[in-house]
Amino acid sequence: MSTSVPTLHTIVSLPDQSTATLPKKHYINNEHGLLSWLLTGDHKRIAMLYLISITFFFFIGGAFAGLIRLELLTPQSDLVAADTYNKFFTMHGIIMIFLFLVPSVPATLGNFLIPIMLGAKDLAFPKINLLSWYLYLIGGTLTLAALVLGGVDTGWTFTTPLSTHYLNTHVLTAATAIFIAGFSSIFTGLNFIVTIHRMRAPGMTWFRMPLFVWSNYAASILMVLGTPVLAIAIVLVALERLVGIGVFDPAKGGDPLLFQHLFWFYSHPAVYIMILPGMGVISEVISTFSRKRVFGYTAVAFSSVAIALFGFFVWAHHMFIMGVSNYSALVFSLLTMLVAVPSAIKIFNWAFTLQKGSITFETPMLYAFGFMGLFTIGGLTGVFLGSLGMDIHLTETYFIVAHFHFVMVGGMLMAFLSGIHFWWPKMTGRMYPESLSKLAAVVTFIGFNLTFLPQFILGYLGMPRRYAAYPPEYQVLNVLSTAGATVLGVGYMLPLLYLGWSLKYGAIAGNNPWQATGLEWQIQSPPLTENFIETPIVDYEAYDYEWLEKKQREEVTTVG
Amino acid sequence: MGISPVLWQFLVKWLHASALFPAEASTISPYTDALYFFLLLMTIVGLILVGALIFGFSVRYRREKNPVATQVEGSTLLEATWTIIPLAIFLVTFVWGALLYFRIYDPPANAMNIYVVGKQWMWKAEHPGGQHEINALHVPMGRPVQLTMISQDVFHSFSIPDFRVKREVIPGRYTTVWFQATTPGTYHIFCTQYCGTQHSGMIGEVTVLSPDDYQKWIQQSTSGMSLAQNGERLFASMGCNACHSGNAAARGPNLAGVYGSKLTLTNGSQVLVNDAYLRDAILSPSQHITAGYSPIMPTYQGQISEDGLIDLVEYIKNLQSNFRVQQTLMTSESNQAAPTTPTEGTTSETVKP
Repeated sequence: MSTSVPTLHTIVSLPDQSTATLPKKHYINNEHGLLSWLLTGDHKRIAMLYLISITFFFFIGGAFAGLIRLELLTPQSDLVAADTYNKFFTMHGIIMIFLFLVPSVPATLGNFLIPIMLGAKDLAFPKINLLSWYLYLIGGTLTLAALVLGGVDTGWTFTTPLSTHYLNTHVLTAATAIFIAGFSSIFTGLNFIVTIHRMRAPGMTWFRMPLFVWSNYAASILMVLGTPVLAIAIVLVALERLVGIGVFDPAKGGDPLLFQHLFWFYSHPAVYIMILPGMGVISEVISTFSRKRVFGYTAVAFSSVAIALFGFFVWAHHMFIMGVSNYSALVFSLLTMLVAVPSAIKIFNWAFTLQKGSITFETPMLYAFGFMGLFTIGGLTGVFLGSLGMDIHLTETYFIVAHFHFVMVGGMLMAFLSGIHFWWPKMTGRMYPESLSKLAAVVTFIGFNLTFLPQFILGYLGMPRRYAAYPPEYQVLNVLSTAGATVLGVGYMLPLLYLGWSLKYGAIAGNNPWQATGLEWQIQSPPLTENFIETPIVDYEAYDYEWLEKKQREEVTTVG
Repeated sequence: MGISPVLWQFLVKWLHASALFPAEASTISPYTDALYFFLLLMTIVGLILVGALIFGFSVRYRREKNPVATQVEGSTLLEATWTIIPLAIFLVTFVWGALLYFRIYDPPANAMNIYVVGKQWMWKAEHPGGQHEINALHVPMGRPVQLTMISQDVFHSFSIPDFRVKREVIPGRYTTVWFQATTPGTYHIFCTQYCGTQHSGMIGEVTVLSPDDYQKWIQQSTSGMSLAQNGERLFASMGCNACHSGNAAARGPNLAGVYGSKLTLTNGSQVLVNDAYLRDAILSPSQHITAGYSPIMPTYQGQISEDGLIDLVEYIKNLQSNFRVQQTLMTSESNQAAPTTPTEGTTSETVKP
């Protein structure tokens, strides 16, 4: 036990951890100076650049969420004018979706881990990887420009003809931002697909890959095939605004519903772009802290691919009340029911991974449990909305707001935080403070439920989303929700503070503090720039804890 | 208790005024609520199941109790179980939801019709008898009411939560929704589709009246001109009657009794003449040429407001003979010939096919 920070060692006592030292040479100190970061091709450094930038945008988006909840504390629109409120939720949506949730796990954890998990030195195209970060930055800067210049109030959905003919805010700036940020995600997806196909180490067969890689692979397919459609939709909106081409204008023979089709053709799969990598994190974390192979590895792997495939054919369930034909409504409702099944499979497979395991409850595991509970609610309330008749009453109300926050925040953000804590020792070489982080996980969970459970009730009451003012009988539930948001805010500030602290003062982690089996845990923390000294040869299955035990016994014997 | 009585009273009042469940004020509400409670039950059971599994395994297999994990590959039987059971539940939900959807969106044949025009940021209701309302809607209890809705500008969405009905109101096409109110009272109308600055101000109240009160209201609030009468005036002033005169040699098709019939177009397709068809045929005639006629009608796009179109549609709907069309052609002053207002908003329903 290290004496300098004794309280931090409640985790796993490994023989090498108490005596662990930071390696002399690793990817962080390999080169020095700002330029060595800004011009790097190293996937780990790019991942860190992404981590810093998405954290920045997360807190900006979070500030808007806070302002929204503050305004909704009272029924009248009294804190800000209706116009300003509309800009708040638009910026909240655009920033959180395009600048945080879409890149969150793939661009940070995925960038960092996928090459290492496959036994590769880097991604297939390191320069394109760096380019994708710069595109993200340009997109982010343009979004901030739209914000500073006076904001935009289309809602993140850019509904035509509102966005094309009826608003004079900075729609074009925001649209350009999303267009450019979209290419950043296409490049990330492309890089992952090529890397996973071509750069696996000898012996790393498809079914030896960690499930994290599988789920990122599925998400990458969605990014590469879906994002261009968003780009098309946005270009058409821009052209309609600039020169009035009339594709979406009924007065010129266009059809505003066409925009809805194009937009949701991307934006529904985008939900899976956001959640799939998070599911990958959960698979890794649950397995590691139960010391047991993921129950039904193949089913979990294929359910990711199934979600990606089905995910492309359910977009019109966002349009059930918009006058789509009855038959297409039936087909899309049925497909929506089908896409719910792979998610149910995953939940039960994770639950049964715990069975006969040897479970410990470190912070990543707590976040993962939070994910499973909240994602179950988020997923099942999605079935409400996929059910045609129920959707009529629930859509466009706070029910839908609560539903997608349960999936995106309760699901994805929990998974992201779980992953960040889980791989923090690998990325930085240092441990985070365990008891404080457990507190943060619990605070986040409580705050989240207090914020969003009342919104289900509000939704069934009929309170529409995007309302700056609302009838007074809805106030009690809104006050509860705002109170919850305050708690949630504390829950998100805590990791920012203690993770920052741990960069300098955290305990030294050692190579494999969790006794995990992935290739990333068999190398030093933080890794070398080239990841592996020699190309690893994989002769064991994923999550093979017996192999790990044997390997460690041999190492001890050798050293002894 | 250290709490001040004033604050206490405020809290009591505040909590009493707060809502937790919407009123069931239409015939559809109980059906929607039944599915809702089924789904709620599914969610709670699912959550308890997942929670129990996590909690149970966490207690039973925590490291202190079970220091060494037993590796298990998986179980096809178990996995099949949790594939098939959720799938079955979801399919039941699908069928139930689809039945409910058709119940909500298929109006009964005897529904009375009211037109609703949405615009930034108000709802205009137009009763066939000539009653006009803004952000308000008066309907009789116990009778099916169909709303034919259109937007003048952006997407809106017409929602009455206590009736559990909602439908998008779209520029350029009619959408419909129907309900049958069961309890007198006033209920919220919301616009639920984000439509710009005053989106949250685009609210109104639907007032459900007993049949007697409704009669009284109808008589007191008429503007003196029914929609069909407005339409007739417009029909004459735009010169429609010059071609659509109903004469054998007329250049335009005969419109008397055309509503509800099946037409064959020049491109060979068959169409049912309904509100949407009439509207489209006025705005873009070149795509809706009745077989046997030449494409000479100019477009009226941008020349008639949505309200005017509704008047015209309502007029053509009720046009049974061409007598008055021809009369109008002969007398230059069409207005004097207008008959008195019908006493009830029933004109549309009596002629419905």
